[in-house]
Amino acid sequence: MAIVAQSSKYGQIGRTTLAWIVGLLFFFPIFWLVLTSFKTDADAVKPEFLLFFTPTLENYVNMTENYDYWRFARNSVITSVFATVFTLAVGIPCAYAMAFNPARRTKDVLMWMLSTKMLPAAGVLYPMTFLTKNILGIFDTHFLVIIVLSLINMPIVIWMLFTYFKEIPREIIEAGKMDGVNTWGEIREILIPLAWGGIASTALLCFIFCWNEAYWTVRLTTTDAATLSKLIEGNRAPEGLFFGRLSAVSAAAVGPIVVLGWFCQKQLVQGLTFGAVK
Amino acid sequence: MGKIVLENVTKSFGDTQVIPPLNLTIEDGEFAVFVGPSGCGKSTLLRLIAGLEDCTSGDVLINGDVVTQVSPSKRGLAMVFQTYALYPHMTVRKNIAFPMRMSGMSEAEQEKKIQAAAESLNLTDYLDRKPGQLSGGQRQRVAIGRAIVRDPKAFLFDEPLSNLDAALRVGMRLEISEMHARMGTTMIYVTHDQVEAMTMADKIVVLQAGVIEQVGSPLDLYHKPQNEFVAGFIGSPKMNLIKTDEAAKHNAATIGIRPEHLTVSTTDGAWKGTVGVAEHLGSDTFIHVHDTGLADMITVRISGDIAVKHGDRIFLTPEADQIHKFDANGLRI
Repeated sequence: MAIVAQSSKYGQIGRTTLAWIVGLLFFFPIFWLVLTSFKTDADAVKPEFLLFFTPTLENYVNMTENYDYWRFARNSVITSVFATVFTLAVGIPCAYAMAFNPARRTKDVLMWMLSTKMLPAAGVLYPMTFLTKNILGIFDTHFLVIIVLSLINMPIVIWMLFTYFKEIPREIIEAGKMDGVNTWGEIREILIPLAWGGIASTALLCFIFCWNEAYWTVRLTTTDAATLSKLIEGNRAPEGLFFGRLSAVSAAAVGPIVVLGWFCQKQLVQGLTFGAVK
Repeated sequence: MGKIVLENVTKSFGDTQVIPPLNLTIEDGEFAVFVGPSGCGKSTLLRLIAGLEDCTSGDVLINGDVVTQVSPSKRGLAMVFQTYALYPHMTVRKNIAFPMRMSGMSEAEQEKKIQAAAESLNLTDYLDRKPGQLSGGQRQRVAIGRAIVRDPKAFLFDEPLSNLDAALRVGMRLEISEMHARMGTTMIYVTHDQVEAMTMADKIVVLQAGVIEQVGSPLDLYHKPQNEFVAGFIGSPKMNLIKTDEAAKHNAATIGIRPEHLTVSTTDGAWKGTVGVAEHLGSDTFIHVHDTGLADMITVRISGDIAVKHGDRIFLTPEADQIHKFDANGLRI
């Protein structure tokens, strides 16, 4: 008994240490990014100033004054919020239908949706650019970014919602039907209140995915609808590698989402485990 | 008013037909019980009436109107589920009010009905609690309350007492029977428990593999089972079914004799056997007799107590006018 207790104690210490090492390892790039953002471009590349240097806000001032940070930030907020709302507005009824009124091929439809995530984005880059620019004329608009962000997140959102909805006892929805509620009533009065936690964590993840998306937002925008991803990208190329400035821009771009994630940790963990733990 | 008619109703899931063509009439105000072993299609039949499942073919009529294509919310029926199916995010009051709110009833009238239902179901003290804070019995009362306030054409009960403990089940059984006597509304009740069926029903529908084996009053089924299945299913303890030469003596393939229609003697009788287990219930004694050469086991029910124990030799005599005879197809002769 004593041996078991002792070995499990060592195991506990070992696991805790390992968890800290892994945690710090993951956190290090963020830490380094924030640290570098307070260095001048010259200091940023000098090894002797790795940890000890004279901090400066120059990069942040520069970013807001010369690079129009707030416009990019506003675009990021607009596109991420509307894309999330739109994705949920389509995803909730869709997941509801598949969870509570499955047809013979529902499983196949779900798999097909997921399979669209396997398409290499680069494969459709040319048609997407050509179509949106030359035919539809919606290149570099909020509308386009919102639609694109919605569509690339739709499969995962529907899968997550489907998993949550599946956990709601079928009888409760049926009781609603017997109580004289129509489909929209069921969704509004029963489904959404019962799956609120799951919907919130799905919305949060969707928002984060939208905010962080870089492939399409960089390539389908120039100025009007450009998001923070585009701002980071823009600071990389034209003037060489200015690590201090690039770090400031990056920190300011990921900052809001990291803070949001920090406050919503519980929902996020719940969302990421897909309702596997009740 | 709530007369329910099923006309040539069938139901298939994929290629599997669970309900072959079926016809049934439940009169207005009747308490009908669907009873049968697990998987016999009784719940499916109830769900077809409710509209929660679509009929593969045939029609469901309520008060003469064909409702086969009508959604469950518009059929005017109320259902009580085995799992209660309360809305966990709403208080008891809101749960009961829900169907009324959906139908657009005024708040004052809702409140009046909630109070009346709560009083008749002893829920007045619990109106502001959520379902999670209630016991199983209380939850089932809330589910019944939610059904009552709608003034439905008929109540549908899907094994409503299966999740309750034995003592509570007997109490709730009585309450539902009293409710039926008071309200006079049509009720359809699904159960696998033949005691519930016998005690509550005006009309019992015995089902097996989606087929109606017999429809009748509890005592009809008890005294005149139309086939071996009904004979074996209705009655507790079960009817003894004997297929040996003894049956041939009565010109039947099988004979059935209920445990209470056998007399016991330690000295003489028609059949001889050894006592296996004797269950002393006080009011009755069930004796399980082996080695009779008639069936694996013969069960006897004796009123009062009798001093027999394991291994005793006893003699059994059936009451001649209580022997049920069945032909080779299992049908009553």
